[in-house]
Amino acid sequence: MLQRDYTTSQLDVLEAEAIHIMREVAAEFERPCLLFSGGKDSIVMLRVAEKAFWPAPIPFPLMHVDTGHNFPEVIEFRDRRVAELGARLVVASVQASIDAGRVVEQTGRRASRNRLQTTTLLDAIEEHEFDAVFGGARRDEEKARAKERVFSFRDEFGQWDPKNQRPELWNLYNTKISRGEHIRVFPLSNWTELDVWHYIRREEIEIPSIYFAHSRRVFERDGMLLADAEVVQRGDDEPAYEAVVRYRTVGDMTCTGAVASPATTVEQIIEEIAATRITERGATRADDRASEAAMEDRKKEGYF
Amino acid sequence: MDILRFATAGSVDDGKSTLIGRLLFDSKAIFEDQLEAVERTSRDRGTEYTDLSLLTDGLRAEREQGITIDVAYRYFATPKRKFIIADTPGHIQYTRNMVTGASTADLAIILIDARKGVLEQSRRHAFLTTLLRVPHLVLAVNKMDLVDYSEARFEEIREEFTSFASKLNASDLTFIPISALHGDNVVSRSENTPWYEGSSLLHHLENVHIASDRNLVDVRFPVQYVIRPHSATSQELHDYRGYAGQVAGGVLKPGDEVLHLPSGLATTITAIDTFDGPVEEAFAPMSVTLRLSDDIDISRGDMICRPNNQPQTAQEIDAMVCWMADGVKLQPRSKLIIKHTTRTARALVRDLHYRLDVNTLHRDESATALGLNEIGRVSLRTTQPLFVDDYARNRMTGGFILIDEATNGTVGAGMIVDAR
Repeated sequence: MLQRDYTTSQLDVLEAEAIHIMREVAAEFERPCLLFSGGKDSIVMLRVAEKAFWPAPIPFPLMHVDTGHNFPEVIEFRDRRVAELGARLVVASVQASIDAGRVVEQTGRRASRNRLQTTTLLDAIEEHEFDAVFGGARRDEEKARAKERVFSFRDEFGQWDPKNQRPELWNLYNTKISRGEHIRVFPLSNWTELDVWHYIRREEIEIPSIYFAHSRRVFERDGMLLADAEVVQRGDDEPAYEAVVRYRTVGDMTCTGAVASPATTVEQIIEEIAATRITERGATRADDRASEAAMEDRKKEGYF
Repeated sequence: MDILRFATAGSVDDGKSTLIGRLLFDSKAIFEDQLEAVERTSRDRGTEYTDLSLLTDGLRAEREQGITIDVAYRYFATPKRKFIIADTPGHIQYTRNMVTGASTADLAIILIDARKGVLEQSRRHAFLTTLLRVPHLVLAVNKMDLVDYSEARFEEIREEFTSFASKLNASDLTFIPISALHGDNVVSRSENTPWYEGSSLLHHLENVHIASDRNLVDVRFPVQYVIRPHSATSQELHDYRGYAGQVAGGVLKPGDEVLHLPSGLATTITAIDTFDGPVEEAFAPMSVTLRLSDDIDISRGDMICRPNNQPQTAQEIDAMVCWMADGVKLQPRSKLIIKHTTRTARALVRDLHYRLDVNTLHRDESATALGLNEIGRVSLRTTQPLFVDDYARNRMTGGFILIDEATNGTVGAGMIVDAR
């Protein structure tokens, strides 16, 4: 008889699943890459990648789609982490896409490069012939994502077709594609925001400083606190002031809102999130507020 | 805290969305901005109540058509457990979604409207749940408020379903009288059903014992990836060779004598490595890396097992197959790609023995093909040997998917019943 229960903790199950997914990609695809933005989800994903192939190095490059509107603290963190790992980083630049005439910069107060990233991302995937692209998206983030597969097929235009997804059973993933197509792979699909934070605490993973409470000049727009920075167009009717804030998600400065918070440790962040009644994207992302199907529409075009 | 994955089956009419909405709401997994969005949409459409199905029907296409087209995954946690819900639509055309959701489920909840009793679709859901070997089944008899919380009605449904389930070999069966709308017996036990002595649905979900549902007896380790650092700087790493994979059965320990398939050579586990250091034992669903004492040629798709407990090495496989493709049908002479554990081969359909009517369980032996959402018993021959167990013994080594060679689509799911 078995002497013990062989129970596995929630984080161990999620980690084992993510490791399995990453090894499956490394085994079956020619040219995978991992999207690394310096945000918490991609940081966790990177840690899982380290674990999946240890003691060998991570067998694929990292890629960052740089809008040019990122938080400097996050770019600094990104470069330091990449150097520590000795990994190869591909930076795909939205500014370069604009300069090349591939996309046109939005104008006006709400101008954002959020949507432009899709073209830059798809161009880079094509240029480098990536056939599998790891993303840190989670199904609990957004309702369109709740229905997306772990291995999400993209046609030669990079499009997601929600009505025509491959059934996904057991831990068996269909990795077959034709030339020019690719698969987006989401190893953290089954993680929640709290799982990510519990994992960061357990693994003592370093994260960029802007996740913790700090003093910053901000202004209010649509109930969100946006950073008062050069790349963000602030109107005269939007007075800036100093506040103690932290970021719950990390995206572009133009569309990522801060939350007022005194949390300076991971422990305090976990307490804060456990008590909050607003989702992370609802609280902090202007890009999702455009319409009820904002994420679904962008995903169909090839967004992250 | 561990994880319970459960699938829910039933239509909107059965109150499935209301039930999920209540579980999420009462466990604080629905947030204010999500609820506001649902309330706003309900108002815009002129619905008088807050339509909780809008929470789960996420895609624009679904909202436009008022249907659910795909499996949606939802998450909530209580202090005891984390829960992953695979929310599958109930209509007949979505058998493949139910099969998909059930494939990883520890438990399935089938909703029955107390007024309507056991319908054809309830039988179908129960059959699919059993076919996919979901270890625990809960019959949630909903809308008890509309039958005056009648014990007699509940017992009637229980008896009818039990007699049907006995034909299915359903495993652990639990009946719970609930009202998702009013919350009776969902989170806490209701005063409206004093005759009911069981636990509330949430209490059951929190406490049902799932650790022993995994196969902890038959050692099965499909080799997924070979780790060879080829380090030029470290001598130790230069010679490192580890076999990475996710344990599919049994308990592995350093020092264990194991057998490699297809070679049939015996060797010994010298270490079980992880990034966080070596471990003393590995079992499903752990992802680990094995080091072995002998230098055997081992690659992806191979299997590590025990010398006295081996899977069947087979190229002739009989399986129950659920067909999931829209255009093409499965028929004798069809050639497909088969993916089983970490091994991919080609497969030829040798025979379709019968097509099963998922409502009546009638076997139609005159069937010549399987179309979308149809299930039948099929014989396959594979180009390479697969290392298989009966699905009933091990879901990880007994299940496979079929891929269309032309479209690359996943067109079928199979559960092995016999192999040679």
